[in-house]
Amino acid sequence: MTTTETTATGKAVEVLRIDGLTLDLPAEHGAHRILHGIDLALRPGRIHGLAGESGSGKTMTGLAVLGLLPDGARTGGRIRLDGTDLLTLPPRQLGALRGRAVSMVFQDPSTSLHPMLSIGHQLTDHLRHHRKLDRKAARARAVELLGQVRIPNPAAALRSYPHQFSGGMRQRIAIAIALACDPQVLIADEPTTALDVTVQAGVLRLLRRLCDELGLAVLLITHDLGVMSALADSVSVMRRGRVVETGPRGQVLTAPRHEYTRTLLDALPGRNTP
Amino acid sequence: MSPRWAPSRRVSGGGRLLARHPLARFLLRRTAVAVLLAFGVTLVTFVLTNVVPGDPAAANLGQRAIGDPAVVDQFRKQHGLDQPLPAQYVTYLGHLFQGDLGESQQTHQPVLTDLATAVPATLELAGAAIAVSLVIGVALGVVAALRRDRLTDQLLRVVSLLGVSVPTFWLALLAFYVFFYQLGVAPGSGRLAPGMAPPPYVTGLHTIDAALAGQWPVFWSAAGHLVLPALVLTAYTVGLLTRFTRSAVLDVLGQDYVRAARAKGLPGRTVLLQYVLRAALVPVVTIAGLAFGALLSGTVLVESIFAWPGLGAYAYRSATTLDLPAVMGVGLVVGIVYLTVNLAVDVLYGVIDPRVRVQ
Repeated sequence: MTTTETTATGKAVEVLRIDGLTLDLPAEHGAHRILHGIDLALRPGRIHGLAGESGSGKTMTGLAVLGLLPDGARTGGRIRLDGTDLLTLPPRQLGALRGRAVSMVFQDPSTSLHPMLSIGHQLTDHLRHHRKLDRKAARARAVELLGQVRIPNPAAALRSYPHQFSGGMRQRIAIAIALACDPQVLIADEPTTALDVTVQAGVLRLLRRLCDELGLAVLLITHDLGVMSALADSVSVMRRGRVVETGPRGQVLTAPRHEYTRTLLDALPGRNTP
Repeated sequence: MSPRWAPSRRVSGGGRLLARHPLARFLLRRTAVAVLLAFGVTLVTFVLTNVVPGDPAAANLGQRAIGDPAVVDQFRKQHGLDQPLPAQYVTYLGHLFQGDLGESQQTHQPVLTDLATAVPATLELAGAAIAVSLVIGVALGVVAALRRDRLTDQLLRVVSLLGVSVPTFWLALLAFYVFFYQLGVAPGSGRLAPGMAPPPYVTGLHTIDAALAGQWPVFWSAAGHLVLPALVLTAYTVGLLTRFTRSAVLDVLGQDYVRAARAKGLPGRTVLLQYVLRAALVPVVTIAGLAFGALLSGTVLVESIFAWPGLGAYAYRSATTLDLPAVMGVGLVVGIVYLTVNLAVDVLYGVIDPRVRVQ
């Protein structure tokens, strides 16, 4: 089903490798298969796009990596992070990797940030838990992170609450939270979908820059092929729980081999001038 | 892309502290509103007491004196009942500001003196009940939500339904009968063991006053007498709080920020205590305020069964004898207690949720 990747940097080490991932969710009569054997690989400093219509299993694939699937979910296959299989890891050890080795940015920052906790609290609690930093050191790191995502006046921002920021700023803060513990892998689930078009570009540029500077391996989940073509190095297209096509961005988005990818591309308005 | 926050508004002089502390400003505003409402309470209690049918002179003078117009007139004059209503209200307010709530026609004591023992007795009872209810109700609600649709949840649903449905007076009678007459484990009625002198008056709450005075036997007697009536009162509020906490927690558990907190790798206990409970407390605080009001009315029945010399018993006695100064005093106190509870609820909103402070 899948094609082998042949990118220019094919030699780069794979940080995260998903092999034959299957997922069954409990349904009224028995179980319902959501993912039918997904294969993906993420490399440091590279953004891998995961495209497909809603309900195709993109988000579930991302949640599976973090072990945050809904109750009663049953998985098969393997998700290896530096050789460790995340699917068979005991909950405690998986918890230690979450937010530290693998982190996630969610779609809507107005719901993914806690409205009643200060930015400082949300930016430092996992730092203090994972890194055992004291209050002062965690604060210093938080100021540094807010600077990295271009939030003006970081010290004041730490004392503020999410409702005091605009949507774009909130998503930058959510990205700072995800990057706090220097993860190797970042899963970005529709990170710009909920934002105004005018601020989308800024957040996308930020993701690209952080990916390059920090050597992050990014899994960019989006149904927006415009975002995909602007950002992704390589692309997988999903449909009904299967990866139908994988390859370098240029190949998949300009010379798609699969019928479904072509349909998606044709659905893009004014796609000749991306 | 200029940030919407950090609008360091310039404020002159003394306003600076308030400007810099949205919470302080919020508290001040809410308190001012509460004071205004307190005036409204005095007006309402005054008017309501005067429109209810029933002649206080007839109620207080007895059968034979009623027949003598001179005695009735003299009574009316003595109590200012011959004046027009607005004048009576102004007199009433004037006295109120001097701490004079009039004299009870039943106890022949100043109403303020009566209230000074009755109100703390009820506050001790209702306060103990709401504190216990909050701890138990919130804990059970969280457990029910985390064990959703499992056996524990089903059992708790039955328990909370029972708590809400069982009539308080029936439960009070049953508890008194079983634990006092049959088992003899609970002390009898009243606030203290018979013959025991109350502790020196500081707050009027026997448990606290006894502890302050170091009179430990009195403390244990007061606490012992508190247990059964307080537990009877908690049945309803525990049921209520369990159900509301369960649904509030379930609601919050489905929120994105809880999933985001888990994605950060925070331990489950941290996620529950800091991310889930914080948000779930907002509706719970609302219900707790309402539950406290329900408790105050519940005390009327519980106090009469346990012979607890509180506000409920006093209100009942004053109302049935048309003791108007006492009835107005009770009305005023209950109104102020409600205002205070509402203020406390508002303040808690502001403390829990920073978005409330700005409005």
